[in-house]
Amino acid sequence: MSTFYFIAFLSIFFSILVISAKNPVHSILYLVLTFFTFTIHYILLNAQFLAVVNFIVYMGAILVLFLYTLMLINLNKEAEPVKPFMVKISAVFGGGILAVALVSSLKSLGVSDPVVLKDPNLGLVKNLGKVLFNEFLLPFEISSVLLLSAMVGAVLLATKEKEPKATI
Amino acid sequence: MESLTSTIQAVPLNHYIFLSAIIFSIGVMGVLLRRNAIIIFMSVELMLNSVNLLLTAFSVYRGDAAGQVFVFFIMALAAAEVAVGLAIIVMIYRNTNSIDINVLNRLKW
Repeated sequence: MSTFYFIAFLSIFFSILVISAKNPVHSILYLVLTFFTFTIHYILLNAQFLAVVNFIVYMGAILVLFLYTLMLINLNKEAEPVKPFMVKISAVFGGGILAVALVSSLKSLGVSDPVVLKDPNLGLVKNLGKVLFNEFLLPFEISSVLLLSAMVGAVLLATKEKEPKATI
Repeated sequence: MESLTSTIQAVPLNHYIFLSAIIFSIGVMGVLLRRNAIIIFMSVELMLNSVNLLLTAFSVYRGDAAGQVFVFFIMALAAAEVAVGLAIIVMIYRNTNSIDINVLNRLKW
């Protein structure tokens, strides 16, 4: 039980560091640590498939993509321009109000039932695969089309426009 | 694995909701606070991940595998979103030599 609270503290701590770090590269590295704590949360919930997918897809692919993009556009020249102080204060205030509203509305519910893993096979690949390929077969196929179109769109957006050739 | 999952037994569902709400709010704060487009993007990822964690917690609580399948779909969607979004950021950088979002304020009108 105390493991959960320790990891939860680490998640919140690192995610605050993500938005407050001055250097964008540090920010991405803190985001990697945050996602690592999320992986530990998944393991604690015995969602092993999600833990592995989170580890490989998020930490392995998406964040490396972020890092590549950041290094492609070198920001060494000038630091990020800071927002005015009042805007910063109001941003923190707005986010804090959202957190307080959510947490206090949940507080009024009282302590809920503990999360108990009834079926230990719930998050394993075998069980999830059966659900994915029976009930969710159509959304699965559609998501492949989504990924393909995203890939084509990314390539189209990122290629440089060629100079129009003079027609002969 | 048995000893590991038994550690979770006593955590109330509320505390998972608190954790996700706090991390979601941190993501909202990041979007409002920063001007670097990539860090705004990372805050959006943070929000997506907090929702993923909450879906998984509810899925375990209810003993229903559909929630975890949904998280899988959200991850596929996030991958597509990141690919397109970073391509747009690279294009913006190429045209304006900056990834400060205030350069794009003409999009407001």
